[in-house]
Amino acid sequence: MNPFSYVLVTEMGMAASAIANPTAKFIAGGTNLLDLMKEGVETPQQLVDINHLPLERVEVQADGAVRIGALAKNSDVAYHPVIQERYPMLSQAILAGASAQLRNMATVGGNLMQRTRCYYFNDTVSPCNKRVPGSGCPAIPGYNRIHAILGTSEECIATHPSDMCIALVALDAVVHTQGPNGDRTIPIGDFHLLPGNTPHLETLLEHEEMIVAVDIPPLPFATQSHYLKVRDRTSYAFALVSVAAALEIKDSIITNARVALGGVATKPWRASAAESVLIGAAVTEETFRTAASASVRDARPQQYNQFKIELAQRTIVRALKQVAAMQGEVV
Amino acid sequence: MDIGKNQHMISEIKVTSLTPGIPFYGDPITLRVNGTEHTVYIEPRVTLLDALRERLGLTGTKKGCNHGQCGACTVLVNGQRINSCLTLAVMHIKQEITTIEGLAKGNELHPLQAAFIKHDAFQCGYCTSGQICSAVGMLNEGHATTDAQVQELMSGNLCRCGAYPNIVAAIQEAREQTRPCV
Repeated sequence: MNPFSYVLVTEMGMAASAIANPTAKFIAGGTNLLDLMKEGVETPQQLVDINHLPLERVEVQADGAVRIGALAKNSDVAYHPVIQERYPMLSQAILAGASAQLRNMATVGGNLMQRTRCYYFNDTVSPCNKRVPGSGCPAIPGYNRIHAILGTSEECIATHPSDMCIALVALDAVVHTQGPNGDRTIPIGDFHLLPGNTPHLETLLEHEEMIVAVDIPPLPFATQSHYLKVRDRTSYAFALVSVAAALEIKDSIITNARVALGGVATKPWRASAAESVLIGAAVTEETFRTAASASVRDARPQQYNQFKIELAQRTIVRALKQVAAMQGEVV
Repeated sequence: MDIGKNQHMISEIKVTSLTPGIPFYGDPITLRVNGTEHTVYIEPRVTLLDALRERLGLTGTKKGCNHGQCGACTVLVNGQRINSCLTLAVMHIKQEITTIEGLAKGNELHPLQAAFIKHDAFQCGYCTSGQICSAVGMLNEGHATTDAQVQELMSGNLCRCGAYPNIVAAIQEAREQTRPCV
């Protein structure tokens, strides 16, 4: 790790002045940042420790939304009774990720900001358009088994690795930030960027901006939701494919649906095409298969990840069946 | 000052605690480990793992992967299990850090330590410190009861020797007897 100075901040004003330094970065849990610093991928000259800011609460708002402070630990969110009751897909998604130790350290804000696990990105000897704009993408002609089939560009095919973000995208979460230009809210679907020809830009967050909270709007049928993660190991591995799904079913007709995909895209992926097929359709396997097929229609596979097209469809179908079964619909 | 030679010239070193807003470049800091306060002169980039092993001589905690992927570095901070390789020592001033060395009370083994011996829950022993600290943390969390849940919630601790079935058995036996651990 490069040498750096460290500043502990206890108030937002202190954090704001510290981050005005363009070579400084916030550190909360540090489970991604310190890992990247050990690899030399991130080289901040100063770390601003924001762990003492009062941003860790999970609170129900007057309008029924749930506000999660940016510094809430992943484990605290996953086990929070309000989250478990109202948004089980979010609790399951978080618990599907990392390990218990890491979930105890990692924060919601940090999880939003985590970077790709692409082998070439993490290896400073390799070219990488994300790490060094214009240097090339060795994953495209290289070993790309864990890479994306959706949202890719000629310059970058790196997968976004988060589980939590998949559930947040399905739930239409809103990110609250504070910065020198004031407060703003960013819908989660806009927060993460497609690589396009600027893969080094991953989120809308400005350097001096801090995530302070994530709001999850009320969504009554989200109580009927599930997160299904498929990976090489039974536990403690990133997703090959993951699906967050919620279904509202009345008289065997799907009246509302949310579907989001992980492990297959360059940003957390809202499967709107699948939702369009599902809403208004009968709860049948054929409906689920049609929705799954729609979600990968624009998929662009690489040499080593073609299996994800079929795997994604099967995982979507299984996840939808599981959610239907929760409501007594045997498909 | 030759910081390589003697970390414990305490009477000559002014122990500082961090002042919010003031950059820290390297200074003596105080860490509370296993109920004792230690003063270490470190830079910010020293991980908690390296501070424990290299500066405090507490080598029970192991460096397996150094990237938060194996769990051998698991310690307890305020009773909660974390990977000490992915956090900085300076971030844990004023917190209660418990390592494997801090679990036994004198010659009386912690119930998990006794259970690991009884159930042959280790071979080479390298993952064992992390397994035991992780298990203590897991039992503090209170979410695991079945074997399957124990397996899942211990999945952050790898064992190349494959002692997993015996680790689970040891944890399940100790679950009944574990006293709260800070």
